[in-house]
Amino acid sequence: MQFEAVIGLEIHTQLATESKIFSGAATRYGAEPNSQACLVDLGYPGVLPVLNREAVLMAIRFGLATHCRIAERSVFARKNYFYPDLPKGYQISQYELPIVHGGYIDVICDDEIKRIGITRAHLEEDAGKSLHEDFQGMSGIDLNRAGTPLLEIVSEPDMRSAAEAGAYMRTIHTLVRYLGISDGNMQEGSYRCDANVSIRPRGATELGTRTELKNLNSFRFVEKAIEIEIDRQIDIVEGGGKVVQETRLYDADRGETRSMRGKEEAEDYRYFPDPDLLPVSIDSALVEELRAALPELPADKRERFMSEYGLSAYDADILTASRPLADYYEDCVGHTQATAKLAANWVIGDLTAALNRAGLEIGESRIGASELGTLLDRIESGAISGKIAKEVFEAVWSGEGGVDEIIERRGLKQISDSASLEALVDEVIAANPAQVQQYRDGKTQVLGFFVGQVMKASQGRANPRQVNEILRAKLGG
Amino acid sequence: MHDNTLALTARALRAGDYSSLELTKHCLERIGRFDGTLNAFVSVTAEHALEQAAEADRRIAAGNATPLTGIPIAHKDIFCTAGIRTSCGSRMLDNFIAPYDATVVERLGAAGAVMLGKTNMDEFAMGSSNETSYYGAVLNPWDHDAVPGGSSGGSAAAVAARLVPGATGTDTGGSIRQPAALSGITGLKPTYGRVSRYGMIAFASSLDQAGTLTQTAEDAALLLEAMAGFDSRDSTSLDEPVPAYSKALDEPWADLTIGVPENFFDEGLDAGNAAAVNEALGELEKLGARRKSIRLDNVHLSVPAYYVVAPAEASSNLSRFDGVRYGYRSPEAMGDDLNGFYRRNRGEGFGAEVRRRILIGAWVLSTGYYDAYYLKAQKVRQLISNDFAKAFEAVDIVAGPTTPTPAFGLGQKTGDPVQMYLNDIYTIGANLAGLPAMSVPCGFSGGLPVGLQLIGPHLSEARLLRTAHRFQQASDWHARVPAGYG
Repeated sequence: MQFEAVIGLEIHTQLATESKIFSGAATRYGAEPNSQACLVDLGYPGVLPVLNREAVLMAIRFGLATHCRIAERSVFARKNYFYPDLPKGYQISQYELPIVHGGYIDVICDDEIKRIGITRAHLEEDAGKSLHEDFQGMSGIDLNRAGTPLLEIVSEPDMRSAAEAGAYMRTIHTLVRYLGISDGNMQEGSYRCDANVSIRPRGATELGTRTELKNLNSFRFVEKAIEIEIDRQIDIVEGGGKVVQETRLYDADRGETRSMRGKEEAEDYRYFPDPDLLPVSIDSALVEELRAALPELPADKRERFMSEYGLSAYDADILTASRPLADYYEDCVGHTQATAKLAANWVIGDLTAALNRAGLEIGESRIGASELGTLLDRIESGAISGKIAKEVFEAVWSGEGGVDEIIERRGLKQISDSASLEALVDEVIAANPAQVQQYRDGKTQVLGFFVGQVMKASQGRANPRQVNEILRAKLGG
Repeated sequence: MHDNTLALTARALRAGDYSSLELTKHCLERIGRFDGTLNAFVSVTAEHALEQAAEADRRIAAGNATPLTGIPIAHKDIFCTAGIRTSCGSRMLDNFIAPYDATVVERLGAAGAVMLGKTNMDEFAMGSSNETSYYGAVLNPWDHDAVPGGSSGGSAAAVAARLVPGATGTDTGGSIRQPAALSGITGLKPTYGRVSRYGMIAFASSLDQAGTLTQTAEDAALLLEAMAGFDSRDSTSLDEPVPAYSKALDEPWADLTIGVPENFFDEGLDAGNAAAVNEALGELEKLGARRKSIRLDNVHLSVPAYYVVAPAEASSNLSRFDGVRYGYRSPEAMGDDLNGFYRRNRGEGFGAEVRRRILIGAWVLSTGYYDAYYLKAQKVRQLISNDFAKAFEAVDIVAGPTTPTPAFGLGQKTGDPVQMYLNDIYTIGANLAGLPAMSVPCGFSGGLPVGLQLIGPHLSEARLLRTAHRFQQASDWHARVPAGYG
């Protein structure tokens, strides 16, 4: 029997607010344990939550970017459970009335566009961290993260493969960073997800029993864990068994998912509206104001890069993967007479490689967009060859100066005047009579050898096109 | 000195009849003399009070005093006080020293009031007799075998015994008005949101409201002026201007219509209470008010609705008391697993009534029961609000008894929670609807005080205070002092 998988994701993305969602404490990552937890975050008696307006605005912007409806009235609810890193004994979240709902996003997977429904996205606070090591058998609690704003984005079960789930997760990741509502830092846990996975016979319309995979914090883990889980479920069904509804944990080291808790062990969270917070009312004027201020979204930018710059889908994809990269590219194109394609090749190729080697973000590039534009101009005008350009790039990168300064100082300007080139060619022909004979005997492929010799003699500065022409003329004669 | 009202005390301090330091010492001396018996205070903060009094005297001398500067007050031990134990009447917080001041404490302190100490209360404000306190019962100054009411029983007894001219309290289902009635003093529960809840340890967040326990309505007006007002730290506090309540007391009350709910006088109301309340209503008519019979049809549902909503919120509000960060931690808790740790800390730290309400609350919120209990109760709450809203289309004030009976005996109702809960049958409605309400002394039944309850529309505190003030100018029930405390 052929099976198809049905997958839905719950993505938790940390919102990039300065302060926490219900208190004034800072949200910076990596501070001393419990140094960024005020009385509200510590759940002291008598303190009360006050909603951070910035978090609400961010959630609305996400909703607008994903064609969601923005709720005129949404309600915070308490999710009750006991855990030492949950100071109040409840998490403030949204339950029946989330801030945005009923949208979608288009995802590209295997060159096809797939529309994934977004059921809802709601605001909630994060819990603290329990540290189980270094405390002699006891647990340490760090409440710096407690109260950090999260947007939980719940998709429809619209994905049919691990690759689609991965593509969706990447697309949302790109989007939240474009919107500036999250840094999306996965190492720091700012972007993580749970996956609901089930299988059914291909063609069936009914959903199979699903399992929930917890806390998948990298794109690779999401894809891998889902693949493993689909295979596990197929094995069970093919072996005549039944999939059990449960929560499972992905173990990356052992390459397996394993049961965490069953359905009957699921907690009753006793949700009810939080009486400490008023319902959130959002008027349409605010929504329109935010809509007007939305940046160009990744999908639109990608389309535009293809039509405006004539880029391939592949190039456009890479260049629009992050807003700073796209901005850099456009800045560079605006500063050069060279083709947009040449600029794309350099940004995707040499520049990205240099950034990766140095472990830098595009915003930290050691060569500015206009400087790279100048470099491309020198290639375009024939002042330097592509090969020399790489040398110039490296020199600029290591801080030796500007493009023109380095070309000048190192004497890298391409030799294009015929007299100088002819002199070089004559020298090479004179020094290699055997090869000249071969060429004249019809073994024309030795032309490459001569070009190489001339380039070497010119220290790479000779204009290769002209060298070719002159060589052909002289050898042929 | 001690039998003066707060308003008279303010005048005396301003006139230099005596200093705040002298008055404070006198009050502390009386607390020392009487409180061993009454048990109205959980903590007496003498040193702190004397410092504040000395500072108040300097301020009065410098001429920048407020009407409250130098006035001794007491705070219910539910309000957080920086550096001073805030127990909430519970073993759970017996060791808890708050690191900050509640807004109420901060505002009264800024006005120059002198805090004598923290008053006894039912544990986490859950009770109508002050018998659930970890620190023991409070005695009613009128009868040492009777309860003073609760949960603000310590504040009520302290004011009734003239240990302090005014005290703060909180009222979730009647916890200011009921003890005020049983102790023969004036209690005011303002509109929900009128006074900030910041720093007030939460019982049922959608019902809790801070207010005053004083001898007179005039005194209540003086305290409320300082306490009330918007607080950005409490999202449910009302962003409405605070009227000068004390200045509005003598304004004319053109055509005041008082609605009297007939069904408040049905069976269950003590005959002596009924007589005293009726007489008081007659007195108000003599003063020019018109009396009109009304019905509050759903008010009989207020007790059951309340005992779903309040425990539901309490079960969640009290989850933070787990022994992890502060509060009671059982000596054996660390040897147990996580669930055992919670069970010991919470099982030993909370008393029986608190545990009962947490269980009720968790139950009514659980899957399968939420709709039948919690949602249903919220609907009933809306019906009760609607009843009041409809009544206020025709009347300015709703008036009736505060409690069904005068103070009952210590231990008399502790074995029967439902009988205890029914004590709040007339008061709970105002909490469910978020309305301001008062209890004013209006007579005696069997030698024990009886309270007249006044309920008004949202933010009608000035009207309530004016009505009560007018009544108190024509009567002297509020000026009666229990024997031995004069």
